[in-house]
Amino acid sequence: MTYTFNETQMTELNRLVAHYPEGKQKSALLPALHLAQDSFDGWLPTELMDYVASLLHIEPIEVYEVASFYSMFNLKPVGKFIFEVCQTGPCMISGSDDIIAYIQQQLAIKPGETTQDGVFTLKLVECLGACGYAPMMQVGKIFREHLTKEKVDSIIAEYRATVTK
Amino acid sequence: MGIKLLLDKANVPGIRGYEVYRREGGYRSVEKALKEMNPESIVEEVKKSGLRGRGGAGFPTGMKWSFIAKPEGVPRHLVCNADESEPGTFKDRYLMEFLPHLLLEGLIVSSFALGANDTYIYIRGEYAWITDILEEAINEAKANGWLGKNILGTGFECNIYVHRGAGAYICGEETALIESLEGKRGNPRIKPPFPAIQGVWQRPTVVNNVETLAAIVPIINMGGEEYAKIGVGRSTGTKLISACGNINKPGVYEIDMTISVEEFIYSDEYCGGIKGGKQLKACIPGGSSVPILPANLLLKTATGETRYMNYESLSDGGFATGSMLGSGGFIVLDEDQCIVKNTLTLARFYRHESCGQCSPCREGTGWMEKILHKIEHGHGTIADIDLLWDIQRKIEGNTICPLGDAAAWPVAAAIRHFRDEFEWHINNPVLSQTSNFGLQHYADPIHVPA
Ligand SMILES: Cc1cc2nc3c(=O)[nH]c(=O)nc-3n(C[C@H](O)[C@H](O)[C@H](O)COP(=O)(O)O)c2cc1C
Ligand code: SF4
Repeated sequence: MTYTFNETQMTELNRLVAHYPEGKQKSALLPALHLAQDSFDGWLPTELMDYVASLLHIEPIEVYEVASFYSMFNLKPVGKFIFEVCQTGPCMISGSDDIIAYIQQQLAIKPGETTQDGVFTLKLVECLGACGYAPMMQVGKIFREHLTKEKVDSIIAEYRATVTK
Repeated sequence: MGIKLLLDKANVPGIRGYEVYRREGGYRSVEKALKEMNPESIVEEVKKSGLRGRGGAGFPTGMKWSFIAKPEGVPRHLVCNADESEPGTFKDRYLMEFLPHLLLEGLIVSSFALGANDTYIYIRGEYAWITDILEEAINEAKANGWLGKNILGTGFECNIYVHRGAGAYICGEETALIESLEGKRGNPRIKPPFPAIQGVWQRPTVVNNVETLAAIVPIINMGGEEYAKIGVGRSTGTKLISACGNINKPGVYEIDMTISVEEFIYSDEYCGGIKGGKQLKACIPGGSSVPILPANLLLKTATGETRYMNYESLSDGGFATGSMLGSGGFIVLDEDQCIVKNTLTLARFYRHESCGQCSPCREGTGWMEKILHKIEHGHGTIADIDLLWDIQRKIEGNTICPLGDAAAWPVAAAIRHFRDEFEWHINNPVLSQTSNFGLQHYADPIHVPA
């Protein structure tokens, strides 16, 4: 498959590249990869990384090595919504183990897996900077904090409703 | 009520927007700095203030600024470190989310002092909504003449850009951050050369924490000497503490550094005591990297003095009986928490976040996690404790960047102060799967392995 940014996405890319000095357009790589991942299917297939490389005039390998280093870039297909649940110390002492077990049970998947309908992916992550509002998870751009089992139920229902409509 | 210099206006409705922020006295420090002061006099004020970096290491900010190289014709840069990924730390997030203009104000003054025209905020990728808040604030500041060319008619140009990271704790380390800003993997650089000489794009660069740069605003407004009168000794000014764990009121608190640890934990103005009326077991007072302290050593030093919430008092006794103020990430553990499990999650964190350049860190963090996993799940042996001790000692000081130390210290401190809990886990492989060591007489007298 070949990828092409539409006009809005291209404008955004140019805005990002303009943040850096002439000839230092490689600096825009992380922002550009976020844009690419968000603009298509939520992950970075090789062809998409190659496209980003061509836009920034760098070698594909420079993109691959970066994409594989940072945990927010997905190198495999993911569900429509990713539940990224924090499991580090402060969340753990505030009960994240129970929340993780409950989400696994409700979605019938293990960490790293996607539900069969392709709606949810469960990912365990390390500290997201929400320790005072634990347990928590990130879904897309937002943090869902102070999680309880009831809250998990309603969050699942909330996202499910957006796809069944 | 303690003195507040950063968060005093945080609850004013609409303070996130430019109009209210300006009406409440915002951007005064930019007027003062650009019109009445020059770069050298600003650096002098910052030196007088005694401000120490709020990112974790506590290095004097004025001194750091005076190191920046000024080669002819080479642009210099200021980079704001908003990577905030140290477990327990969420203060910068609060500041940026509720007072974005305070950060911008500090950045403009600091850029002027350093002679930097293009300034970057490197923010952790997960804080996506804060990126939006900052970009909106930047647009407002630009529209009102505080950013761009010829600010206040002085000829000074300043642009601020937000650069999103993508999930890597190591990018909080300043040279890894610079690599990441250049669009590379976050592999720390070998120093020297220091960033002040060769930083981003080989240009002289200063990297400072969000809170450090915000503190420049009150320093300019009130003067360095007045600022230095707040606090105690070399802990001047105020400090943001993000408190979490088993307490009644988790959150971000601004303290002047004269209050005791006991007051911070138990008073209603701050943490409000331990949740559910339970007992305090231990605390990691300055972010996950700093040594954990058992309750007895947290509230009082080894010599029986009251322990205070400042740089000197928290580190009193060195690592044998003290800890560090670090990033201000204050993690409280109650009587039900298991030290082995807590240490395991932190060891896993550091294994996950090691960039992999140095073998002691790359391999050592993995070994420590595996051994702790064994002990936690009832398969450990007493020799494993000594092995853990041996590994952490071989990591510490033998790596390119301080992440190695940061991974070693939590393990060392857990064994140092809670060795009998590790032994109990190992000697009770079945029981330890369903119950906790709790508050059983731990490490008293304090055990200090060689
Ligand atoms: C592994 C590691 C992670 C770090 N993470 C952060 C961070 O998230 N934020 C921060 O301000 N400093 C962090 N630091 C410290 C920075 O390297 C640097 O000292 C700091 O940004 C300097 O700013 P300051 O002088 O204002 O404190 C980290 C250091 C290490 C070794
Ligand atoms: S100490 Fe660890 S994180 Fe730091 S450079 Fe070495 S391998 Fe990378």
